[in-house]
Amino acid sequence: MDPTIIFENINLYVEGLFTTIELVTLALLLGFALAVPLALLQTSKNPVLWMPVWAYSYFFRGTPLLVQLFLIYYGAGQFEAVRTSVLWPYLREAWSCALIAFTLNTAAYTTEILRGAIKGMPHGEIEAAKAVGMSKVQRYRRIILPSAFRRALPAYSNEVIFMLHGSAVASVITIVDLTGAARIINSRFLSPYEAFITAAIFYLALTFTIVWLFRMVEKRWFAHLRPQETKKAKAVPAE
Amino acid sequence: MLDLQGYGPMIMEGALVTVEVALLSLAIAVILGMLGALAKLSNSVVSRNVAQVYTTIIRGVPDLVMMLLIFFGGQLLVNRLGEVLGFGYIDINPFVAGCLTIGFIFGAYMTETFRGAILAVPKGQSEAGVAFGMSRRQVFFRVVLPQMVRHALPGFGNNWLVLLKTTALVSVIGLDDMVRKANLAGGSTREPFTFLLLVALIYLAFTTVSVMALRWAEKRYSVGVREA
Repeated sequence: MDPTIIFENINLYVEGLFTTIELVTLALLLGFALAVPLALLQTSKNPVLWMPVWAYSYFFRGTPLLVQLFLIYYGAGQFEAVRTSVLWPYLREAWSCALIAFTLNTAAYTTEILRGAIKGMPHGEIEAAKAVGMSKVQRYRRIILPSAFRRALPAYSNEVIFMLHGSAVASVITIVDLTGAARIINSRFLSPYEAFITAAIFYLALTFTIVWLFRMVEKRWFAHLRPQETKKAKAVPAE
Repeated sequence: MLDLQGYGPMIMEGALVTVEVALLSLAIAVILGMLGALAKLSNSVVSRNVAQVYTTIIRGVPDLVMMLLIFFGGQLLVNRLGEVLGFGYIDINPFVAGCLTIGFIFGAYMTETFRGAILAVPKGQSEAGVAFGMSRRQVFFRVVLPQMVRHALPGFGNNWLVLLKTTALVSVIGLDDMVRKANLAGGSTREPFTFLLLVALIYLAFTTVSVMALRWAEKRYSVGVREA
């Protein structure tokens, strides 16, 4: 073990750390934005609406992220139409391919999580909203979605961690994320322990940060479920 | 639909490797998971802590990083041992490294699943076993194990589905699974999409068959339980 290798190349790791954070954050934001309408479509009773969403989500949840990444990065160029399209400059680039693959992947899982949360709505709440005279849009905006997001939170925090860990495959298509940085150090100095254990420590730190962040959000969002604090009886001064 | 230009059998060979890696890893994961769960529930502080560190670290680090560490790190370790003990150079087999890594990773997830399942068996059951004069081993194998299967199956099934997809990573350390074969075939035919799509469909088929088998098993193991 030679820790000086790491100290001298810490910049590479920091650069990788930022790439990982950037890629994962963007994919999660875009994926979530995509997942909300998809989840609404999937809970519809019309098969024309829910079947395509189901097929999309089934495909992306049933195949490895690595294969999805390869399909977009290596596969897209097979088609003449893609190579001549305006999207080609993006689809040729590893970074945007990774972003597309990660977004589609996390959107599929998030859709499934949100669908479950919407399905699990207590019926009485929706009936009550109807009884008060809310329109469908109002019901979704005021009642169903806030409640669904809240109940989806624990499962979604797992998905965020899975996405962080899944993002390591970006290094396979030449992106220098945290894993990519470790692979460069390993091949340059033939030092697998230093290289990969350092990356592992960075990932552990990121994971713990995410867990902590979600615990904070849960504390806020589930404030109404916290056992009520009993006020300590004030000492009544004797008269 | 898909023109494979004679590469079909090669992909099928790869699919077989994928299945082998998945099943062997699963066996390792189940054994480690069982040991981990028993360690977490044991009275010994040391084994509880060891199991806790194991599951925390594994679940905080990406599987690819773990796999690269074990593959390259293991190679270095074997080389050094070879120098010291004088058995010369041994190549680490990516198949072995892959199975060990995936088994090791999913052992941590199985630990949590099995721990929950053991806790779900009412304590009175094992106490009754003890009262009958069974040894601790007998109580575990005759009373706890058959009853925990029902509680463990849903989590076990999820872990298996994730494990199956994780096997794709062994292609990164050079094992000829179906993902690597598809890349090779795609490279030489200049039709990577076709072969990668085929591999994706094979994964979907594996997933679908697994889901059906798991549903059957869950039914089978819940025979004695009234449905809500």
